[in-house]
Amino acid sequence: MHRIVIIGGGPGGTITANHLAEGLAGEIRAGKVEVTLLTDQPEQVYKPGFLYLALGLEAPEHIHRPVRELVSPYIQVRIEHVSRVDTANRQVMVDGGESYPFDQLIVASGARLDPAATPGLKEAGDWFYDEEASKRLHAKLEKLEKGRIVVSVIGVPHMCPVAPLEITFMLDDWLRRRGRRDAVELAYTYPINRTHSIVQCAEWATPEMLQRGVHIETFFNVEAIDPEEKVLRSMEGTELPFDVLIAVPEHRSAAYLEESGLLQSGWVPTDRETLAVKGQEGIWALGDTTDLPVSKAGSVAHYQSSHLAKNVIAHYYGVGPVARYDGKTICFVEAGLDRATFIEFNYQRPPRVPEPTKMIHWAKLAYNNAYWLTAKGAL
Amino acid sequence: MADTNVKQEIDARGSACPGPLMELIRGIKASGTGDVVAVLSSDPGSNKDIPDWVEKIGYELVANEDHGDYHRFVVRKSK
Repeated sequence: MHRIVIIGGGPGGTITANHLAEGLAGEIRAGKVEVTLLTDQPEQVYKPGFLYLALGLEAPEHIHRPVRELVSPYIQVRIEHVSRVDTANRQVMVDGGESYPFDQLIVASGARLDPAATPGLKEAGDWFYDEEASKRLHAKLEKLEKGRIVVSVIGVPHMCPVAPLEITFMLDDWLRRRGRRDAVELAYTYPINRTHSIVQCAEWATPEMLQRGVHIETFFNVEAIDPEEKVLRSMEGTELPFDVLIAVPEHRSAAYLEESGLLQSGWVPTDRETLAVKGQEGIWALGDTTDLPVSKAGSVAHYQSSHLAKNVIAHYYGVGPVARYDGKTICFVEAGLDRATFIEFNYQRPPRVPEPTKMIHWAKLAYNNAYWLTAKGAL
Repeated sequence: MADTNVKQEIDARGSACPGPLMELIRGIKASGTGDVVAVLSSDPGSNKDIPDWVEKIGYELVANEDHGDYHRFVVRKSK
């Protein structure tokens, strides 16, 4: 029996599982291969939905699906919290003492938020990168009649790199529709000397922000937040008062990876084309947990999964990697409440940012629902 | 090679923009006043981003060494 274990029930884990179920169906039926998906969350959450949740534009029940409904019946789904990967003995240890031996392992455990890494953030900040925080932020925004909202990118890299731009543009429209924009200032901070790490996105977003009257602070690396004074302080010596702070907290890999010695500079060192974990045999990684110079975005995990599954299947048959991921990334980018744009790029080709349109906005809203077909491997 | 008192050397070669600058900022954050941190970068954008940031924050760029396919930036956290 060849045992393949997947850690993670997000897009990377479920889509890969479904590709493996399809590619190895005969072997699984014959009892020669077993594919087990370990996840500590019985439901998958569509994280791009948090952006809409934070503005009261989406209902929480629309962004959840049980993992078991998303994956093929050929996949064994186990709700487990992984405590460590024992690479020497090739087994995954879970809380409670059980272990899952593997011949091949796929690490798809995403990224987690670490707001505690920034002094004062937990006490005074809000964010839209998890469900409860998005709901809290929405309640706060509804009450804010006047003052200043600061959108501050603290940690880079972070999930969904365009989301801070999107919340800024959407908030501007949202406040205008409520007649509050004159009374509420908007400010945006970014750690490097432009408004986004991708040059083409920065070149599009900066004039868009200025035209909307958004105050921009670049080279702004948050050192601490004073919860009493409600002031953001940067390493560069700038202070920015706020009434509502919408932060992008520091991100980390799953804690068990550190315990397992599978991290390098905080992320899983991964071959950019084959998606093999460097220095390991038969261990693969995809999605937000890798150290690859690609966006930590669902589309990346989606495109990586088909290549990774082919290489896992090839490895089972004793063949070297047969598929190479080229860095393909696609992101819809909301440019307000009724316009959006769309970027597509890879390792070799930088993105171009087309003029935002209503059509692309509708396409994004449609995809927010159609995503569940992607998770099932059907789209 | 400039400065032998480098407390931490970060190899950010192969990391795309803004990786090397963010790695340097992370290293500097964890350092004390007076410490020297070096970062290796193969990203051409670092040639502007890193000196610009060092100037903005008021630290000292001790060296910017051209090693052909990468640069080594040495920065002192001077305050």
